[in-house]
Amino acid sequence: MSTATAEVEVVEKKAEPLFSKKNKKLISNPLDIDNPITVQVLGVCSALAVTTQMKPALVMSIGLMVVTASSNVVISMMRNSIPSRIRIIVQLAIVSLWVILVDQILKAYVYDVSKQLSVFVGLIITNCIVMGRLEAFAMGNKPWPSFLDGIGNGLGYGLILMAVAFIRELFGGGSLFGFKVFEAMGVHYTGNGLLLLPAGACILVGIVIWIQRTLNGFRESH
Amino acid sequence: MENLINIGIRSVFIDNMIFAYFLGMCSFLAISKKVKTAFGLGMAVIFVLGVTVPINWLIQNYVLNAGALAWIGDDFKNVDLNFLQFIIFICVIAAVVQLTEMAVEKFSPALYGTLGIFLPLIAVNCSILGGALFMVGRPYNLAEATVFGFGSGIGWMLAIVALAGVREKMKYSNVPAPLRGLGITFILVGLMSLGFLSFLGFSL
Repeated sequence: MSTATAEVEVVEKKAEPLFSKKNKKLISNPLDIDNPITVQVLGVCSALAVTTQMKPALVMSIGLMVVTASSNVVISMMRNSIPSRIRIIVQLAIVSLWVILVDQILKAYVYDVSKQLSVFVGLIITNCIVMGRLEAFAMGNKPWPSFLDGIGNGLGYGLILMAVAFIRELFGGGSLFGFKVFEAMGVHYTGNGLLLLPAGACILVGIVIWIQRTLNGFRESH
Repeated sequence: MENLINIGIRSVFIDNMIFAYFLGMCSFLAISKKVKTAFGLGMAVIFVLGVTVPINWLIQNYVLNAGALAWIGDDFKNVDLNFLQFIIFICVIAAVVQLTEMAVEKFSPALYGTLGIFLPLIAVNCSILGGALFMVGRPYNLAEATVFGFGSGIGWMLAIVALAGVREKMKYSNVPAPLRGLGITFILVGLMSLGFLSFLGFSL
């Protein structure tokens, strides 16, 4: 059943150019006016927890992008054969398969980062971005747009993550990717411990949201 | 017994799921506009965490760990199923949530009315899976794991009710337009988290 629908879609897909205007929007929107973290309020937990340094934040963003895009594709191919009553558990099973893959790869190639991320790699499964995009997009769209949507939301997530991690690592620990910036410039800098604490991260994300919404004009009624 | 009280207090205040680990933030931010609904969701989280953490403890220690399957027979002594951890944990959580929903619906329609809509949401609440994964990383026994599960749930409930209380009052203040809603909520959570930092260093 699912393979049959997938084949039909491959034929239909060719009618539309791969990077049509609509498809480009799928990637560019989540970076700004439809950002998963600051506008859709999804996937906030890990955004705060892994951003004390840039390296884990980067690895986490890539991991999330891979998981979102690939599970979006799989769910999108299966979308017509999933009974709606048990769709959550089907989605969870597929997402956790991808997360297991990512986790094993991280453990094999970047063990130190994998240790640093600890439970947060596993928590990609319940990361609301993945589930939210599956529910909101992949369940009703073809595989290729779903793939782009996954990549776009992964990028939007990564953008905020990197921005927050940049500020936290630079001013909290005085380094970038572990490279001591202030020491290299010959300036003595005492790290601001507040930024490394959970509290500092929350306030910082609040300010990032403030700046982004001032720029793009998104407003919440209350 | 002393040890259990210690773990309970630690998991409620010091290692608070929200203020120390940011777990379950999505629903924490989305469903904290009214105290009443926040309380309902909090109770559901306490229940699900209190039930799934001990179940997952049993699974981890009798199925998943290296050599844990030895109770079946000698052939299984060398089996290590740890790589299946994520998928099994999430399935247990989803199943418990579904069962709870059906049981509550059948036996206590009044409770179902208050909790009903929140129960399916809890399956994808990071604090549940996070609780199970933290439990694996720490050397707890079954009783300690149960206390840890309930304690984390209570901590989460306290946090969401407190935030909902503050947000209800936020209606009366004049917040800059771009900061309204999510932005100011984040800053509130940051300030509350600073308050919870004062519990650091407590030991019993």
